[in-house]
Amino acid sequence: MNKQSNTYTIIYSVVLVLVVGILLSVVYQALRPKQLENISDDTKRQILAAALITPKTGESISELYSQHIEDSYIVNDKGEKIASDVNPFDVKVDLEVKKEPAERMLPVFVCSTDNGTKYIVPVYGAGLWGPIWGYISFDSNGEDIYGAYFAHQGETPGLGAEIEKPAFQDQFKGKQVYGSDGIFTPVKVVKNGQEPASGAYVHAISGGTITSQGVQKMLDNSLQPYTAFFTNLSKEKP
Amino acid sequence: MNLKKTFLPLFNPLSKDNPVIVQVLGICSALAVTAKMEPALVMTISVTAVLALANVIISLLRNTIPQSIRIIVQLVVVAALVVVVDQVLKAYNYEVSKALSVFIGLIITNCIIMGRLEAFALGNKPWPAFLDGIGNGLGYGIILLIVSFFRELFGSGTLFGVQIFPQSWYEAGYMNNGMMILPPMALIVVACIIWVHRAYNKDLQEK
Repeated sequence: MNKQSNTYTIIYSVVLVLVVGILLSVVYQALRPKQLENISDDTKRQILAAALITPKTGESISELYSQHIEDSYIVNDKGEKIASDVNPFDVKVDLEVKKEPAERMLPVFVCSTDNGTKYIVPVYGAGLWGPIWGYISFDSNGEDIYGAYFAHQGETPGLGAEIEKPAFQDQFKGKQVYGSDGIFTPVKVVKNGQEPASGAYVHAISGGTITSQGVQKMLDNSLQPYTAFFTNLSKEKP
Repeated sequence: MNLKKTFLPLFNPLSKDNPVIVQVLGICSALAVTAKMEPALVMTISVTAVLALANVIISLLRNTIPQSIRIIVQLVVVAALVVVVDQVLKAYNYEVSKALSVFIGLIITNCIIMGRLEAFALGNKPWPAFLDGIGNGLGYGIILLIVSFFRELFGSGTLFGVQIFPQSWYEAGYMNNGMMILPPMALIVVACIIWVHRAYNKDLQEK
């Protein structure tokens, strides 16, 4: 058969694509469960990191998660729990933060630590090059930040990417966001020497201005709707 | 002598015909994944595996491939292998797959791979093609590892994530070099390697 003819070329490409297509779908199907497990383990690691729990080498993250996370539920912006079929763990925070606060599903993870019960909420926003996200844990008085975890997709290494370093995240410990008077006061991310006279602030990253501003916007947008929930919490447990 | 000739495709790319520092191919990924040693090592293994397998497959198919869709066939084979590598990494080494993110997918566009398929696999039997793939993959990997060694050591003070410089140095005023983490430093390190390499291999120097 003439190997340069059109018929041969077309048959050749069809067969090649079919073989490759079947091969790839088999590989995808075979590895899918393992991959989903990895993704869910990674999310669990991030949630626990916000409550300052880091797994030791060789420790199973799923086990650690079920040990520490006692309860999880979804609340609305009035602080009421919503009955929903959706697992709080599976709430797509990236889609929720784009909705009006009243329409959002707001997941809360209740975590028991050595320092008492903490409430962990997800945050999601935009950095300079791509999405940034994180989890913030609050003390049971509903006012103070206990720990913060941030991650990013592709911020500049050494500049914006520093938000994932402890040096930046540790600054958030003990900051007050929700006053007991029910007013939300955002944590300001400011440059050295521009500290506000009042209110909680952390220092921005030099050279990572847009990412730092992104962190502040992310916190404002994602945490504001929880105000009612945390105000209720502080009333329940004075 | 015969043995030496057989293994020429394996050893030649390690130094005299190195894809990165002599042919100057694959520079893009050498910049991107060399800030830490672990991603660089995984990238080396991935590229070597893809290159060796693609070389063998194309070499096996070389007498059947229609001339008019030669490049397309090569791309389909490479793309399929890269997707498999990406999926395997996501399943078994999620942390590194996160660190390498898009660069695994970009192996498809790595000039070394298309270059070797066109230049070698299309005209040689599977066994030499396999050796050529391994050789070029390792030649690429050696440079990646040398570059990432310097970048991680001086940029983060660690090697494979293990702290090398003791805490007391930092207390005494030593600081990690932030420039090392940024891509331009990879180019400078690669340039230094080329300089040293050519100083030892006089026949490579341009007149």
